[in-house]
Amino acid sequence: MDNLLSIVTFIPALAAVILAIFLRGEDEAAQRNAKWVALVATTVTFLVSIAIYTQFDPSDTGFQFVEEGEWLLGLKYKMGVDGISILFVLLTTFIMPLTILASWEVTHRVKEYMIAFLLLETLMLGVFMALDLVLFYLFFEGGLIPMFLIIGIWGGKDRIYASFKFFLYTFIGSVLMLVAIVAMYADAGTTDIPTLLSHEFPSESFSVLGLRIIGGMQTLLWLAFFASFAVKMPMWPFHTWLPDAHVQAPTAGSVVLAAILLKMGGYGFLRFSLPMFPVGSEVLGVLVLWLSAIAIVYTSLVALVQEDMKKLIAYSSVAHMGFVTMGIFTVTQQGVDGAIFQMLSHGFISSALFLIVGVVYDRMHTREIAAYGGLVNRMPVYAMVFMLFTMANVGLPGTSGFVGEFLTLVGIFQVNTWVAAVATSGVIFSAAYALWLYRRVVFGDLIKESLKSIRDMTARERLIFAPLIVMTLLLGVYPSLVTDIIAPSTEALVQQYDKALAAAEAASQIAAN
Amino acid sequence: METIILFAPLVGALICGFGWKLIGERAGMWISTGLVFLAMILSWIVFFSFDGEMRQIPILRFIESGSLATDWAIRLDRLTAIMLIVVTTVSALVHLYSFGYMKDDPEWREGESYLPRFFAYLSFFTFAMLALVTADNLVQMFFGWEGVGVASYLLIGFYYRKPSANAAAIKAFVVNRVGDFGFALGIFALFFLVDSISLDDIFAAVPRIAETQLTFLWGEWNAANLVGVLLFIGAMGKSAQLILHTWLPDAMEGPTPVSALIHAATMVTAGVFLVSRMSPLYEFAPQAAAFVTVIGASTAFFAATVGLVQTDIKRVIAYSTCSQLGYMFVAAGVGMYSAAMFHLLTHAFFKALLFLGAGSVITAMHHEQDMTNYGGLRKKIPYTFWAMMIGTLAITGVGIPLTSIGFAGFLSKDAIIESAWGAGSGYGFWLLVIAAAFTSFYSWRLMFLTFYGEPRGDRHAHEHAHESPMVMLVPLGVLSLGAVFAGMVWYGSFFGKAEQVAEFYGIPLAEVAAGEETAAAAGEGESGHGKAATAEEAAGGEHEVSPFGGRPGEGALYIAPDNLVLEKAHAAPKWVKISPFVAMLLGLAVAVWFYLVNPALPARLAQSQRPLYLFLKNKWYFDELYDAVLVRPLTGLGRVLWKRGDGRIIDGFLNGVAMGVIPFFTRLAGRAQSGFIFTYAFWMVLGLVALITWMSVSGGAN
Repeated sequence: MDNLLSIVTFIPALAAVILAIFLRGEDEAAQRNAKWVALVATTVTFLVSIAIYTQFDPSDTGFQFVEEGEWLLGLKYKMGVDGISILFVLLTTFIMPLTILASWEVTHRVKEYMIAFLLLETLMLGVFMALDLVLFYLFFEGGLIPMFLIIGIWGGKDRIYASFKFFLYTFIGSVLMLVAIVAMYADAGTTDIPTLLSHEFPSESFSVLGLRIIGGMQTLLWLAFFASFAVKMPMWPFHTWLPDAHVQAPTAGSVVLAAILLKMGGYGFLRFSLPMFPVGSEVLGVLVLWLSAIAIVYTSLVALVQEDMKKLIAYSSVAHMGFVTMGIFTVTQQGVDGAIFQMLSHGFISSALFLIVGVVYDRMHTREIAAYGGLVNRMPVYAMVFMLFTMANVGLPGTSGFVGEFLTLVGIFQVNTWVAAVATSGVIFSAAYALWLYRRVVFGDLIKESLKSIRDMTARERLIFAPLIVMTLLLGVYPSLVTDIIAPSTEALVQQYDKALAAAEAASQIAAN
Repeated sequence: METIILFAPLVGALICGFGWKLIGERAGMWISTGLVFLAMILSWIVFFSFDGEMRQIPILRFIESGSLATDWAIRLDRLTAIMLIVVTTVSALVHLYSFGYMKDDPEWREGESYLPRFFAYLSFFTFAMLALVTADNLVQMFFGWEGVGVASYLLIGFYYRKPSANAAAIKAFVVNRVGDFGFALGIFALFFLVDSISLDDIFAAVPRIAETQLTFLWGEWNAANLVGVLLFIGAMGKSAQLILHTWLPDAMEGPTPVSALIHAATMVTAGVFLVSRMSPLYEFAPQAAAFVTVIGASTAFFAATVGLVQTDIKRVIAYSTCSQLGYMFVAAGVGMYSAAMFHLLTHAFFKALLFLGAGSVITAMHHEQDMTNYGGLRKKIPYTFWAMMIGTLAITGVGIPLTSIGFAGFLSKDAIIESAWGAGSGYGFWLLVIAAAFTSFYSWRLMFLTFYGEPRGDRHAHEHAHESPMVMLVPLGVLSLGAVFAGMVWYGSFFGKAEQVAEFYGIPLAEVAAGEETAAAAGEGESGHGKAATAEEAAGGEHEVSPFGGRPGEGALYIAPDNLVLEKAHAAPKWVKISPFVAMLLGLAVAVWFYLVNPALPARLAQSQRPLYLFLKNKWYFDELYDAVLVRPLTGLGRVLWKRGDGRIIDGFLNGVAMGVIPFFTRLAGRAQSGFIFTYAFWMVLGLVALITWMSVSGGAN
């Protein structure tokens, strides 16, 4: 199959179109059909995407399965995957069927809901596969529209405020990124990503209005992309939209947001910021390191005092993404490997945690921690699953949560021991807030009258958690499953970066002479 | 065989934890217990058949990234072999004991199934502990390290309905994480220095590390000392040493078998194991080693003082554990790792014995733990009494002075005290001797309060006090054997002649002819440590060299050529060798006077010395201090960052921008959410159209 990537990308979209055209009515049968269509489509997407995985050659650091074509106005359609992106593709196709399953009890505008999720999957997959800058931008920004709708239509009572905040943040970032794309095209004359990756953007320092910009154009371009990606991650202090968005989003929306949408920022850093603007990364990288370290401690402390379960997990997400940005901008093999690993692992663990909140929210319709307590007495299976993911969240060795944190910290120690020490202290705080949450929700005697008849997880819920449990433990014990795939590409990335820096250094030496 | 030892408990935990509904509660419990017994038998076979040659058994690949390559593997050398028998033996006995102790636990309601969960946790703990002691690299060790932490957390909080148990569990985990913070940084630093974290590579690189300066935080440090201190911070957490000790007494919230297994015999000794395992590093890190000694001695003293006044039987033993761990660290700190391991081994027997004996007393007294409600139990529970008596004789160090005949603690504790003297650590020596007197006092106090005098407290409880069932008494018997004989049997191997010790650990002996060269090489290879010693010897006129040779990492322990502690300890004057014995007698005499002869005296003394009494009773106010200095400020800071930082500053700024600069959007937002989604799409399309137009125009020019 020559166009495997397109097939994987557009199966969900096709299903969405089918739903939109052929499904009529709002009765129960129609709702059931919509769910089944979505479930089958996302599952098929996952199964087909496995073919990408099996046919992928990790030793080749270039793009594979490349497809090229033209579409309107002379724009190019170009797709491909390499060691950096392939696992994000798989993460997306893996998570989506679970989110559909998690939405099985949705009753409000089911057809539209499923269409939104299916379109979202196509757009997210496109982000990780696009090899043309404009195409990337389209997928990257387009993906936000279904997400707005999911929060705005199926969200909680403050959904308007939350989606507005989400919008405001991302809008600023995307405008700047668009400007940067135009500038890149002006300089390189192409929007082809593989070409841009080997293009050297000018890095001579210049002054604007008396302000000296070290690294020149590269620094500016870097900043423009940074604005967009930092919001997406989200990095401190651009993170305040995330807790609100999570709290208002329906469970499945939170899962997609945490598991996949946040990863676009990290992926963007790896795909664009590091390889295309090495000088810019070098100039401002230390800033990112410090923002990451602050994020880890700051948001962990904030998580410690939360009263809403989802908000707590949202803040914990920000802390974990801090390890990602830190790892990336160490530009060491361990740091970058760790960052990718952490993103994948967080995809499984945070999904599971949001689903865990969803399980009790579906029963009690509240996320307030104080409304719970003693659930272990009536929900032993739930308590066990929750414990496993609590431990994974605090980075217990043997779960996938450990490997990413460990590698990024190994990376940062080689670069900056202050940041390393601050970031490592995160392991203390994460244990505190995660166990404190668990204790208040699960442990203790069950005394609240409202909880006396709460039921343990259903078969459907267990089915959703099973794959997440397997992945969390499997990657924790045998991380080579991931590192074997990504290592050659990340190694090339780091080497390329060092070479480009050395070249820029030499060039500026010559210019100075 | 080693692989079976490692995985048998894990299999048991899984079968018991998940399979008990299929095979039944008792079957699950017996399977997990049986598998741990299997591991124990195999461990003893390994221990006795071990030939001193280190072996590595790879199992699976683990974290790999660039030059970082780690495996799941088993490293079998003498240290591992010692730990294997300690862990599996105590674990197997505790499994057996739990059949009796955990039956009909009053914490649970009718019909609740808690036993399989308990046994699964115990077995899981055993697996994690075995993974720790068999680790061939620091990441696997960290896996075991955190794994035992989780097992400890789950077991301390086993009575999950009790708020105090939950709080203690969280405290244990979080305080341990503070230690792990140091441990992790130590691992990162080692990787940075050596480009590997497998033990072999680290040991080989140690002489080079000792000459390296490392920039860490605000200063430049000698790399070996820095790493030594960082790793030791991890050990302080796990082994409840001063500053990070506060979790251990609270951990007594867990069921008593847990206290015996995890919080006395095995997990808390992991720190001692770590320091011994890293002996090549500490031999080259004199300042870090001195730090270990000081913390160890201070803890031994501090915990013993607190133990003097506690009335909860388990807390007394907990502080005693804390104190004894301090002894072990002193031994390791002064370079006598073998004595540390010796005490670790004997302590495992007698402390597990004391805890399980205390458990037997507690069941006899219907779960009463306050010793002020005991008294006169000697006749009621004679077997338990004799077991506890043996444990007390062992921990207080009863034996015949100047011979190697005595209870286990006599030999190992004296070995440590002599080592401290031999190494010239006056601080260590005197604090340990004083602590020995305190140890004797609180141990006998426990015995007298529990078994002698008049029955106090609930009359009903005393009348119905009954001896424990066989499943509980058999472990007590086996551990008693260990508490009596472990010291005498292995004295030679751990603390005998250098040749014996060297053979035991597989350390090559230094060749006599090559002695001079080795010393010279060592003098070069080491920094201050070596030179100071050499100078001292030169002044003495005689050029002494340690009988131990080999390169770092060649034997299970590394003893630097200038490390003469073993010889000097053996050559210690008689008064040094007798001093712990005298201290023990002194403690015993005071205890007899206070609790047998004149029982009203302690209360009067507590009254007249009230501030001191309260200071000790409240454990030097560490908990209150931490609460005021750390817990409250940090949660307060969290609240400030949330409400002020996120709320007022960041969101406030954002709202300002939104409301002030872009009122256009706020109007749209006010109308309907679909409004700005449309706007968003509109801007995106508009931007793209502009881009495309421009591209096709200028693209044509290209």
